[in-house]
Amino acid sequence: MSFAVARGREQSTISGNLDPALEHCQISARNFNFYYGKFHALKDINLDIYKNRVTAFIGPSGCGKSTLLRTFNRMYQLYPEQRAEGQLLMDGRNVLDRDIDLIDLRARVGMVFQKPTPFPMSIFENIAFGVSMHEKLPRGLMQERVEWALRKGAVWDEVKDKLNQSGMSLSGGQQQRLCIARCIAVKPDVILLDEPTSALDPISTARIEELITELKKDFTIAIVTHNMQQAARVSDYTAYMYLGELIEVGPTDGIFIKPKNKATEDYITGRFG
Amino acid sequence: MDATAVSPAFSVTSDSADKTRKQQTPGPNAAGKSNRFGDTLFFNLTRAFAVLTLVTLAGIIISLFVSAWPSIEKFGLSYLWTAEWNPPMDRFGALIPIYGTIVTSLIALIIAVPVSFGIALFLTELSPLWLRRPLGTAIELLAAIPSIVYGMWGLLVFAPLFGEYVQPFLAATLGKIPVIGNLFSGPSLGIGILCAGVILAIMIIPFIAAVMRDVFEVTPSLLKESAFGLGATTWEVVWGVVLPYTKVGVVGGIMLGLGRALGETMAVTFVIGNTNFLNNASLFSPGNSITSALANEFQEASTGLHSAALIELGLILFLITFIVLSASKLLLVKLSRHEGAKT
Amino acid sequence: MNLRARRKLINSTALMLSMTAMAFGLFWLLWILFEVLRLGVGGLSPDLFTKMTPPPGGDGGLLNAIAGSLVMVGLATFVGTPIGILAGIYLAEYGQRGWLGAVTRFINDILLSAPSIVIGLFVYAILVIQMKGFSGIAGVVALALLVIPVVVRTTENMLMLVPNSLREAAFALGAQKWKVICLVTARAARAGIVTGVLLAVARIAGETAPLLFTALSNQFWTINLLEPMANLPVTIFKFAMSPFVDWQRLAWAGVFLITMGVLALNIIARVLFKEEIKR
Repeated sequence: MSFAVARGREQSTISGNLDPALEHCQISARNFNFYYGKFHALKDINLDIYKNRVTAFIGPSGCGKSTLLRTFNRMYQLYPEQRAEGQLLMDGRNVLDRDIDLIDLRARVGMVFQKPTPFPMSIFENIAFGVSMHEKLPRGLMQERVEWALRKGAVWDEVKDKLNQSGMSLSGGQQQRLCIARCIAVKPDVILLDEPTSALDPISTARIEELITELKKDFTIAIVTHNMQQAARVSDYTAYMYLGELIEVGPTDGIFIKPKNKATEDYITGRFG
Repeated sequence: MDATAVSPAFSVTSDSADKTRKQQTPGPNAAGKSNRFGDTLFFNLTRAFAVLTLVTLAGIIISLFVSAWPSIEKFGLSYLWTAEWNPPMDRFGALIPIYGTIVTSLIALIIAVPVSFGIALFLTELSPLWLRRPLGTAIELLAAIPSIVYGMWGLLVFAPLFGEYVQPFLAATLGKIPVIGNLFSGPSLGIGILCAGVILAIMIIPFIAAVMRDVFEVTPSLLKESAFGLGATTWEVVWGVVLPYTKVGVVGGIMLGLGRALGETMAVTFVIGNTNFLNNASLFSPGNSITSALANEFQEASTGLHSAALIELGLILFLITFIVLSASKLLLVKLSRHEGAKT
Repeated sequence: MNLRARRKLINSTALMLSMTAMAFGLFWLLWILFEVLRLGVGGLSPDLFTKMTPPPGGDGGLLNAIAGSLVMVGLATFVGTPIGILAGIYLAEYGQRGWLGAVTRFINDILLSAPSIVIGLFVYAILVIQMKGFSGIAGVVALALLVIPVVVRTTENMLMLVPNSLREAAFALGAQKWKVICLVTARAARAGIVTGVLLAVARIAGETAPLLFTALSNQFWTINLLEPMANLPVTIFKFAMSPFVDWQRLAWAGVFLITMGVLALNIIARVLFKEEIKR
């Protein structure tokens, strides 16, 4: 058992016992399979992602955690050789259905990527870009929304005087928080974070982890991370994946202190991976 | 991206070469101090040929200047805006050829830029994967067709149809709009400035489209996915994110196409009408471009002054293209610096 | 119309327009090739390759023009390629640092995109006037000046694609720099360099303007480089602009030959290059 991880759990701000039975389910995967061409990348995934909780996906490189995350907003649809089968239920509807409106889906399920991706436009326009696609806001309301999003993304103080400057003029950590703010501005139900701090320094990482813990009050969060300590610090539920299969999922406390599956324990204690 | 002047097929190559150029090849003394004779010889040999290019450029400018001197001396700066072209009286002015060159190139750009953008958009976002290569190659083949083919086809196939169907149509529609209508008035001869502009457009489309496609393709997919992830449509991603991201490369490509259009000879010569006076602003009228004036009149240039005046035209053309090309190169330098700053 | 529907409409319209643009581009290509085929094939006959260019109304072929073109293009390539390759080697292997390389590269690109008519005028000014007449050799010089920048560009690009590790391995064995370049680096980039030469040939095969001021043309057979020399492009120009039907038919046949030749060269170059990339 890794004491560093256990220590991380004690220091995290997550408190209380979590009982899956009492949770509201935001996204449910049932018999979910995913293929890259002929390669069977995700095998029979069954799991629930709960509302207003942070669910972390951990596992060694290539285990499929990013792949799974990218199915929640059907980002894989951009690439013709990738396909999904099974059910991904969100509010009772299967996200994989053909007649689901993708634009609508992506308004409700937002995503932040491994590298900060500010658009080549001003900070204000970056935030407004997403909002203007879903709502027609007059100038005053748009300014309010932009400010609200930047505040919630914990970056307002640093950019409030330079809203007209290019988004690319910020530091790495600021850019990533800008991307998170951009995502928040659209007021999604779910925010997907794909290794959001892997390109950042430790201080920026810590700030974003704090932010995640704040954000879960209003949003459901799913985060992929290759950093176990991060998962231990920020998440309520953790899912361990290996070679495309979901090995174990449960309240984070349980996973890190007393994993049920030996494979999980091996990974967590660093015996491999 | 500059190698599209060679052939769009190589535009990708030059792009990756620009990136690998950041790798420094081993320096001149890499082999050490022993036995340097062969190395010195080879080094000087290759360097001599590199210097040859500088010498050639200088030679071009100087020799053109010297040959055009009689005309420069006689007409001075007013040559640029005099509209008279009277060989028997030895009175020349470059306005009409310059006008023809610039107007035909502008028409070509106005048509070619949106079409090239549409083609690049199609090739990068719409087309099924298996079609991309063949379609891209097909467009690039347009660039391979020699200009004399465009000229002949233009004169004997395109212009008659243009004059019989398209020009009357334009006269009946756009010609009725106040102000702009004057551009589409006059007899529908088929040949003329508009016809030359259209054919030039077809010629430069592959160059501009190839550059646009290449810069669109190297846009980081993470950036596009961010936009899609917010719920954007394909058009919104391309117009709102990809195009601003690639704008420097796009402008460079457009200037490359412009340079090509300005210098094009045979296609224009066949269809522009070879007329050295201009009565009205109509695009239907025949005219002259610098290149067509040179192509048509050079052999018959009887007096030294006539030849010198023509060579001065050539010098002016060279300077115009020099400026356009330098501007596009500077833009591309700015592009690579910009990319460096982002990481 | 609400926001969502409007955005979708704009998206569909834009994508539809882009498909139209693609079709537009293809349309011209297919139409031009079709017409060249239709009008050129009719003029094809053995006479084309056996008889000289005739006076108007006469019977004839394009033999002298074809021969002249082959001679001038061949010589220009023969002269221009080594110069271009050596200059390209300089740029890639020695010119990565310092001002000479940067300036040369810049100027080479200017020459590459300069209007070919200007090159023709330049050669006219330095050769034709000096020699007091048009000549095949002036034509060769003009075409060579068009070949060189192309070959320089592609040679440099191909050499830059060769990874440094290959060069370092050769140096590590104690080889002199010029041997490393000639025996290792250039050999690795060989196919690409050849492709570049093919493209240069394709470029000059169809060039008319520079020849107008240098080699001009010749009604008769000659392979004397000191005389004006017949060539396909200028002959086509003269015949096409004339009112004579016979001449126009020959011009189309000539256009057909040039187009097929240039397209063939392009396709061969492309295939060669793809093979090389695969390796």
